[in-house]
Amino acid sequence: MIAVVDYKAGNLTSVMKSLRAAGADLGLEFILTDDPAQVARAEKIILPGVGHFAATQFLEQHGLTSEIREKISSGTPFLGICVGLQWLFAGSTEAPACAGLAAFPELCDRFAPGKKVPHVGWNSLAIRPRSRLFAGISDGSFAYFTHSYRAPVIHDTVAITNYEEDFTAAVERGNIMGVQFHPEKSGDTGLRLLRNFLELPRTTEAAC
Amino acid sequence: MLTRRIIACLDVRDGRVVKGVQFVDIVDAGDPAELAARHAASGADEIVLLDITATHEGRGTLIDTVRRTAQRLFVPFTVGGGIRTADEAAAVFDAGADKISINSAAIARPELIGEIGSSFGAQAVIVAIDARRATTGDPIAHAEVFVAGGRKPTGRRAVEWAREAESHGAGEILLTSMDADGTRAGFDCELTAAVSEAVQIPVIASGGAGNAQHFTQVFREGRADAALAASIFHFGIHDVRALKEELHRDGIPVRLPC
Repeated sequence: MIAVVDYKAGNLTSVMKSLRAAGADLGLEFILTDDPAQVARAEKIILPGVGHFAATQFLEQHGLTSEIREKISSGTPFLGICVGLQWLFAGSTEAPACAGLAAFPELCDRFAPGKKVPHVGWNSLAIRPRSRLFAGISDGSFAYFTHSYRAPVIHDTVAITNYEEDFTAAVERGNIMGVQFHPEKSGDTGLRLLRNFLELPRTTEAAC
Repeated sequence: MLTRRIIACLDVRDGRVVKGVQFVDIVDAGDPAELAARHAASGADEIVLLDITATHEGRGTLIDTVRRTAQRLFVPFTVGGGIRTADEAAAVFDAGADKISINSAAIARPELIGEIGSSFGAQAVIVAIDARRATTGDPIAHAEVFVAGGRKPTGRRAVEWAREAESHGAGEILLTSMDADGTRAGFDCELTAAVSEAVQIPVIASGGAGNAQHFTQVFREGRADAALAASIFHFGIHDVRALKEELHRDGIPVRLPC
């Protein structure tokens, strides 16, 4: 079972639809849930989300943060999308009082001034080789973004996008993965990425 | 590099496409789901479905149409036309829309923008502005907002309303020039530039597309972040991909291959 964590941030219809399309022939069960017990049973976890970083407080308040942390440390593949990627970092200046998971110690911050924010639209990905998430996806492929805050480029960045500054479009370290863009809205590229995630072995080397 | 978006618009009445792009080999040229999928396959960066159903009874079919259309779409999907309350917006999101576009209802009660945004995120709320150049005073700075499908003047200035909509939390502005709409003589680049410079959020230009050069102009001179067209593809440009290839040759960054 694949758990899609519902923390009441935006509309998850598109995410569920795309996952079902990407994994149509894999015989997977997808559950939209805010229940830590369901997350505990999951073979993979997806944390989608649009909106404000403060919405991730829901995870802590409902016992989801500790459950996800435990699952990640035991090797369960995890994919954060948009705010779900930012949550993997220590936090965001968008909501300084809210802690992220801190799988990566850096902070997310607002785009530097002097350009239109939010960053909305299709932008290209500079993909580092050997990423499992991007297997079969060409360097320079386009993905759909919509966000005002971004994660810095770090050692575990596997795709970089430029919006008058470089930022992390995707991170990957062992079983911990995140994408700033919306694979569910990124056409064939996005479906391929979701497919790659769904096809990962059930338990991979834990990276925490 | 962030690309300029080409958005295909389907005008839908009672669940059927009433104008817009027709493909010669399509089974049912009036089916929104089929047309939307074809546009996406030919390279449209987003799809907008604009419900122009006049009657209240006809509105019931909208949710079904949105659901069927969204089922096959994996690019951003916006639905607009007649959404008046946060509950109506929620039903459209639930059916699979990624963004909604509001027009008259936002003018009537700007707080609606923030109410929808608080549940679904600011990125999901597009404020549509139908504007006409002023005949007295500065034609651009005094361009006026119209509602009710362009029938009713509001006395509001388009540039100021765009700024106010942004302050209420709009994620994007969809600006339609009523002067240019339907002329195929090009977008209103001056009006688009005035609005685009007044706000930080992306501006989608609409109205007047007739050829690829018009798109180049509205991206360069109009400073549009995206451009929307419905019926242009009847008139010489085969599909979105052909348009994008021409824009690419003009040096406009577009998503290619797509």
